[in-house]
Amino acid sequence: MTSSNVGIVIVSHSKDVARGAAEMVRQMVGPEVPLAHCGGDPGGGLGTSVESIMAAIAEAWSEKGVAVLVDLGGAETNSEMAIEMLPADRRDRVVICNAPIVEGAVMAATESSAGSSLAAVRSTAEELYAGSIVP
Amino acid sequence: MDAKDIRLLIDTLADRIIAASDELTALDQAIGDGDHGINMKRGFEAAKAEAQAMAAGDLPAALHKLGMTLVMKIGGASGPLYGTLFMALAKAMPPDPDRAQLASALASAIAAVKARGKSEVGQKTMLDVLDPVYRALAAGVDAEGIRSAAREAAKATIPLKATRGRASFLGERSIGHMDPGARSSEIMVGAVLDALEQRS
Repeated sequence: MTSSNVGIVIVSHSKDVARGAAEMVRQMVGPEVPLAHCGGDPGGGLGTSVESIMAAIAEAWSEKGVAVLVDLGGAETNSEMAIEMLPADRRDRVVICNAPIVEGAVMAATESSAGSSLAAVRSTAEELYAGSIVP
Repeated sequence: MDAKDIRLLIDTLADRIIAASDELTALDQAIGDGDHGINMKRGFEAAKAEAQAMAAGDLPAALHKLGMTLVMKIGGASGPLYGTLFMALAKAMPPDPDRAQLASALASAIAAVKARGKSEVGQKTMLDVLDPVYRALAAGVDAEGIRSAAREAAKATIPLKATRGRASFLGERSIGHMDPGARSSEIMVGAVLDALEQRS
């Protein structure tokens, strides 16, 4: 079964940050938004893993697409790699949002819960960087 | 290249990187997040464990598998970056490349790494070693010349200010340290040349 709402994936270097951010999202938007998170490198230390990111995207999959929120640079590079390795029919429906990970995930999920398109979800998350609270 | 030579190539690459793990980590502790050596070691230990299977096909197939393993196992940004390097080399290379074909494959692979990292030469990254190595290769320089081009290029990252990657957070403070990715690239170039020379 896949949801009619855009899925949200949270990718942090830290498993705890990813889990905490996901908890905040879940509390604010409830269960109607497909949500998955991952953190930590393949050895269990701080870092990110392409394999885990691919699994998280599959877990949060929605026909409307998936928005990915990342923290530091390696999370972005690994997420880009994970997206490229997805099946061709899914690749174009996954985007990385240029937004702060916690606030971006909450904003994206809120937008998604209203049934918005992937583009709208992304742009709502990315508005955060246009504001003044973060660089 | 036959299976034995491919195996030698992968094992030499892996052994050198694994042996340099502490050094790479120390470099990364100075200007990054201190995990480059550990990450690279994990990736190349996985590669070594799969070396026999990798060597079962031709050289491009082996390089592709090596790239995939590094992507999946390294963890840091160097996973996709080195993974992309090897996968792009694989894609651009015939099974038995001559020097010109090798140079042209390396040029494609460098372009792919630039795209993956959204970076250019001069930003204190692995590209600062790979690009001079490509130029030496394309110019017909001998193995010793290529080794020394790689060594000098890694050294030349010391005074650079990082503008990509984690080191860029440090700005001016990244000056005075060798880039860990440049050093790991230098080590790989040396390993490839040694493996090619040891070929029977």
